[in-house]
Amino acid sequence: MTASLTSSPASSTLERVARGRSRRAARRRGVVVVLVLLVVGVLALSLMVGRTFYPPGDVLRVIGGQDVPGASFTVGRLRLPRAVLALLAGLCFGLAGVTFQTMLRNPLASPDIIGISAGSSAAAAVAIVTFGLSGTAVSFLAIVVGLGVALLIYVLSFRDGVAGTRLILIGIGIAAMLESVIAYVLSTAAAWDLQEATRWLTGSLNSASWDDVLPTLLALVVLGRLLLTRAGDLDMLQLGDDAASALGVRVEQTRVLVIVAAVGLVAFATAATGPIAFVAFLAGPIAARIVGPGASLLVPSALVGALLVLVADLAGQLAFDHRYPVGVVTGVLGAPYLVYLIVRTNRAGGSL
Amino acid sequence: MTLAPPLPASGAAAVRRPRRLRAVWLLGGLLVLVGLMALSVAVGSRDVGLDDILAALGGSSDTLDRAAVTKRIPRTFLAVLVGAALGLAGAVMQGVTRNPLADPGILGVNMGASLAVITGIAWFGLTAPASFVWAAIAGAALSAVFVYAVGSLGRGGATPLKLALAGTATSAAFASFITAVVLPRNDIAGGVRSWQIGGVGGASMDTITLVLPFLAVGLLVCLASARGLNSLALGDDVAAGLGERVALTRGAAAVGAVLLCGAATAVAGPIGFVGLVVPHLCRLLVGVDHRWLLPFSAVTGAALLTAADVLGRVVARPSEIDVGIITALVGAPFFIHVVRRQKVRAL
Repeated sequence: MTASLTSSPASSTLERVARGRSRRAARRRGVVVVLVLLVVGVLALSLMVGRTFYPPGDVLRVIGGQDVPGASFTVGRLRLPRAVLALLAGLCFGLAGVTFQTMLRNPLASPDIIGISAGSSAAAAVAIVTFGLSGTAVSFLAIVVGLGVALLIYVLSFRDGVAGTRLILIGIGIAAMLESVIAYVLSTAAAWDLQEATRWLTGSLNSASWDDVLPTLLALVVLGRLLLTRAGDLDMLQLGDDAASALGVRVEQTRVLVIVAAVGLVAFATAATGPIAFVAFLAGPIAARIVGPGASLLVPSALVGALLVLVADLAGQLAFDHRYPVGVVTGVLGAPYLVYLIVRTNRAGGSL
Repeated sequence: MTLAPPLPASGAAAVRRPRRLRAVWLLGGLLVLVGLMALSVAVGSRDVGLDDILAALGGSSDTLDRAAVTKRIPRTFLAVLVGAALGLAGAVMQGVTRNPLADPGILGVNMGASLAVITGIAWFGLTAPASFVWAAIAGAALSAVFVYAVGSLGRGGATPLKLALAGTATSAAFASFITAVVLPRNDIAGGVRSWQIGGVGGASMDTITLVLPFLAVGLLVCLASARGLNSLALGDDVAAGLGERVALTRGAAAVGAVLLCGAATAVAGPIGFVGLVVPHLCRLLVGVDHRWLLPFSAVTGAALLTAADVLGRVVARPSEIDVGIITALVGAPFFIHVVRRQKVRAL
């Protein structure tokens, strides 16, 4: 042991680091492959299972464009847009959530806790319920207000630099305000429509259609790709601003780009499905648990987000006597996890 | 005492207010409250002439206008009672936890009370209003204990940041549970809405007389613990050194606050931020002595909630905005202000 260390300490350290790197990279690849398989599996399952069961052959033929009696309507018109929207929204929320968490180095700093999702949701609710808008206008308004809320939180929490804890508390305050705006908008609507209310307060896929799918897909392709090209810079930002700029990252430019892209993802997904509770918050920590340290979390947590939404929607549809919207399922699962996270951090004595 | 270094004059002046000034503030607060109560009876989504108001106060409800005024009277009383309870509970909670961010809404106590009432209605078939009060108090107590336990884990005990985070997380969890409990039950969904968004619109004299004893007991317990809270403000060690039984004082004051929150939520639903804003304002006016702060918080809380209720009726004519929405809109910016003012280390 001592002999080998003294003979070539440099090369053995190098070997160990290299081995560790390749082992972690292999683990990350393995995790991504497994997650993709799981997502595809659940997606297929949610197309087949429902009040009526359709075998995989029927589903494939419907997707291929053939006319299958019964299945063409149920699968093609009802289940397919719903499942695709679940997949896309999950990817968006997971990606945006982990981006915020990585950039602010705090698991609580996800867009659904610091009020950005609530901002987009309030904007969408006002646009739809009060002004009767639809389509692109709603998404546009959602993204503008989402960005505005993000900027507001950042400015308000800026005092000799942004302290993470202050940002989170201020975000919680803003979220409380925006949720009361949503509640007000909904109470002015003709009747207290519980379905519509749950959509804007906790998120729901019940009104999914192809019109919602297209903008979300577009946002994911453009903004998601932008985020993925910045993944390396984002990882270096975790070392702190000074270290990152020493390593050649344009800190401010990266930060602005990343914030705009992440808020855009949240806003588009929220305009389509409402703020599906806690998916953005949960995806990152879960992915970090599975992947382990030292690897970029963007792709794994996007997949975890998609898996969460798909599974929660499937469970909400089938597992209980009553059909629950997806946001209620993720909320009931996610909120206790949030409490658990706080308990664990408090125990460990670290700052959140 | 003689060994203590002389306090800088300005610091002492900031803490101590002359007795007469405090009395003037308290009297002024009471006058404002009475004025707001009159306003709350006079103003609403329906314009009513002065003679009709006077006739309605005399007990007549012959015309539509007079009937409308008669409906406003219990509502005004309820706003006063609930506002006083929440303001007082907030002041006591801030004293007990020594935390500037403490509030029955932020710490999840009101949401816990709501969840208990709604679960009771949906799963255990509660129908009697009296059972709502007991359920709400039990829920408030459980969630207060839970949030305090979670927030005080680890090093440093219950810091403001940890308590606030534990409270909001618990609130979010409870809100999710409430939605999950209510959704499958279309038959009760309309009836339990008042426990999802706080409001005083559904008031009647029956509900008021129902919660009055609980509020009275809570009020007495809280006011009696004022002297103890003054000692606690010096820190647990000093308070113990002064002969205060720290755990007992803290427990008694907490029980009083929980009684107030539970009873208030049972009749008005979860109303947040009143308990946060009011004590901060009152501290500016009458100083930090709890013997003055607590009664003044009760009066100011009552005035604030009555004003918010009037505002909600005036702004959105001919419909109205629930008072819980107004207090969140007004109170959340104040929360942000308090957070911004604190030093990072203190949070």
